[in-house]
Amino acid sequence: MSVETPLINERRELKDGVKASLPIVAAASPFGAVYGAAAIASDMSFFETVFMSGTVFAGASQMVAVDLLATPLPFWTIVLSVFAVNFRHILYSASLGRKMHRFGPFQKALAFMLLIDPQWAICEKRTMSRPLTTGFYFGLAMPLWIVWLLSSAIGAAFGKLVTNPEAIAFDFILPLYFIALLMGFRERYGWLPVVLVSGSAALMAFWMIGPPWHVACGAFAGILYAAWRGKPKDLMALSPNANQSGEGANV
Amino acid sequence: MSDMIWLILTLAVLTYATRFGGHVILSRFKRINPRLEAALDAVPAAVITALVVPAAFTTGIPEFIGAAMAVALSFRLSMLSVLVLSTATVAALRYLL
Repeated sequence: MSVETPLINERRELKDGVKASLPIVAAASPFGAVYGAAAIASDMSFFETVFMSGTVFAGASQMVAVDLLATPLPFWTIVLSVFAVNFRHILYSASLGRKMHRFGPFQKALAFMLLIDPQWAICEKRTMSRPLTTGFYFGLAMPLWIVWLLSSAIGAAFGKLVTNPEAIAFDFILPLYFIALLMGFRERYGWLPVVLVSGSAALMAFWMIGPPWHVACGAFAGILYAAWRGKPKDLMALSPNANQSGEGANV
Repeated sequence: MSDMIWLILTLAVLTYATRFGGHVILSRFKRINPRLEAALDAVPAAVITALVVPAAFTTGIPEFIGAAMAVALSFRLSMLSVLVLSTATVAALRYLL
């Protein structure tokens, strides 16, 4: 056995992956249920709710889509907002894709479909000590996908039972979720100024132009500010030392 | 197929494109421009802020108080506890006010 090719026990790898998925599964499933119930409250069907979880498979952006669906908005507003929220995945696949030399083309294609924030963060950490295997990758990814589907289905079933969502403030649960999510990013470089710029621009656009333009105007202002401010070199996400800067488990 | 299914499929394809695209496009470059990277990094926070701030400020008093509570509680509690407590607060205030 040479140093370059450490012996890989595929069963062991799979087991490690499943084990690593457990805390994320526990953390994410309540949010799957919140998504499911909120989706029903904004008039999606049970099938559509679960179908979105299985195909889009991205918590925060599914919540964004559901939130925007509650008010009648043009198709493209929803599509662009979801695309913007998911755009960060570009960085994940760029860095993790380079470590997938043990994956076949089909396995790679499937792996990228399941590349959510905790998947990325955990795999990056794993590659610091050992090569990335399909066993570990899918052992981690499959429980997350299955539980996300199940918990959205349970939330949707529960949502159907709620006849008066306003009474339990269910119509305002997504904004509160977004606040908690946003606060989870607060340690990131330049977070507060981006939030202040986006927030004030969104509020101004909301009053002066009206919805849905507040989303695009606010987001664009914050992004422009961040580009203008730039970033110190040692915080570059693609450098190997910045790999654990993954966001919360539920993005 | 219904409009909703088309919307979901569009979202799914675009999301997959972001998950595959980095590997196909960005990995060809050794370095990304720091300004581009800072902009990409700011996208989730900027979009979510833009979505939530008008909702927090313009919906009503219970919603504003609930949102402020969510911010304050986030310094101490887990995301799930924040969500449960602030939602309960909004519901209670709606009943009382």
